[in-house]
Amino acid sequence: MLNVGKLNEGVVLDHIAAGKSMDIYKYLKLDKMDCCVAIIKNARSSKMGRKDIIKVECPIEELNLDVLGFIDHTITVNIIKDGEIVEKKILTLPHRLVNIIHCKNPRCITSIEQGLDHVFFLADEEKEIYRCLYCEERYRANRKRK
Amino acid sequence: MRHLMSPMDFTVEELDRLLDLANDIEANPAKYAHACEGKKLATLFYEPSTRTRLSFEAAMLNLGGSVLGFSSADSSSAAKGESVADTIRVISGYADIAAMRHPKEGAPRVASLHSGIPVINAGDGGHQHPTQTLTDLLTIRSLKGRLGNITIGLCGDLKFGRTVHSLIGALIRYPNVKFVLISPEELRIPDYVRDDVLIKNHQEFKEVIRLEDALPELDVLYMTRVQRERFFNEEDYVRMKDFYILDVPKMELAPKDMIVLHPLPRVNEISVEVDNDPRAAYFKQAQYGVYVRMALILTLLEVKVC
Repeated sequence: MLNVGKLNEGVVLDHIAAGKSMDIYKYLKLDKMDCCVAIIKNARSSKMGRKDIIKVECPIEELNLDVLGFIDHTITVNIIKDGEIVEKKILTLPHRLVNIIHCKNPRCITSIEQGLDHVFFLADEEKEIYRCLYCEERYRANRKRK
Repeated sequence: MRHLMSPMDFTVEELDRLLDLANDIEANPAKYAHACEGKKLATLFYEPSTRTRLSFEAAMLNLGGSVLGFSSADSSSAAKGESVADTIRVISGYADIAAMRHPKEGAPRVASLHSGIPVINAGDGGHQHPTQTLTDLLTIRSLKGRLGNITIGLCGDLKFGRTVHSLIGALIRYPNVKFVLISPEELRIPDYVRDDVLIKNHQEFKEVIRLEDALPELDVLYMTRVQRERFFNEEDYVRMKDFYILDVPKMELAPKDMIVLHPLPRVNEISVEVDNDPRAAYFKQAQYGVYVRMALILTLLEVKVC
């Protein structure tokens, strides 16, 4: 079994669907952060069979939890202080996404006005459907369930 | 400040008040002849649409206001690369209310987010055309006396026809509306309207191919044009364009009090000889379009006429 050292202070993203950790790494822009990041792929899990884990040595405020909620709101977010879990954050589907996903509708005004923010709103929480604020084109997040 | 982006922006109660106002305007036009004196409507038309633009202009002129604007992107600063947001910021200093038509979906929404004046969506690509839906609702309510308890047949291009999708969305809010969806297999209503609107709201509907089969049970027949620009293949368009032609023999199958609507322009789908039938209401419908736009301008400008 591979061992990755304990975090003294930071965030552990647990129960990530196996294979999704690099997507999260990209969406959270972890490559641009100047801190220690550990990615564990395909770890054994009694609940999920296999799972991914990301450990980030940074304050929780530096992570965009809205993005995380959008990618997979079933991920467990553990906040670590002095080597102990002090809080478990519950992720929810964000009601609004700004410049996280882009509208693919070639007829949308965003296709010709490059300066516009790409804004999506949560149109149906049950079905997890997001729509473009401008043209209402549907975007269904491709999340894997635990 | 309110804008109109979609017909669903109004609650049923607000819609009722708007349609009541439109009917009062129809009955007492002189009462409203100076209601918007000193106010200006900007018609920002990035693509040509003679009927809608003239209808808006007629509405404002009937209210004693004045109009300014452009009727194609070529004659606007968009040709120089100005954004919709910048255009509406500037126009907000020139006019009191704006009606915008744009080939790109969501452009009026962008305008509304940066505007200092109310913005009316006068059609954005294949997305929304709310004032057409308001016109349809006013016509049905005025001529049938109600919006609930009707059986409405929607005929023609139900796949791409945005007016049909909007009308279905607006009518499901009224009780006991039955939809008969009349189209060839290739132009059936999209799944997102069938599943997310009709089935989700437990709405009674059926899909048929033959217009003759549907006609006897209808209170309202809403004809639509098959639009050439929606087809990638000219051959498919030619095959579809004359699939339905409403003519005098077919009208004989319809109830005596049915009304025929069409958002216009029509091509071949309604024979000109039907125009003389008292049930042909599509030109009256165009007239109602002016009344409802007058009511809309008054409502968004919060002008009260006693």
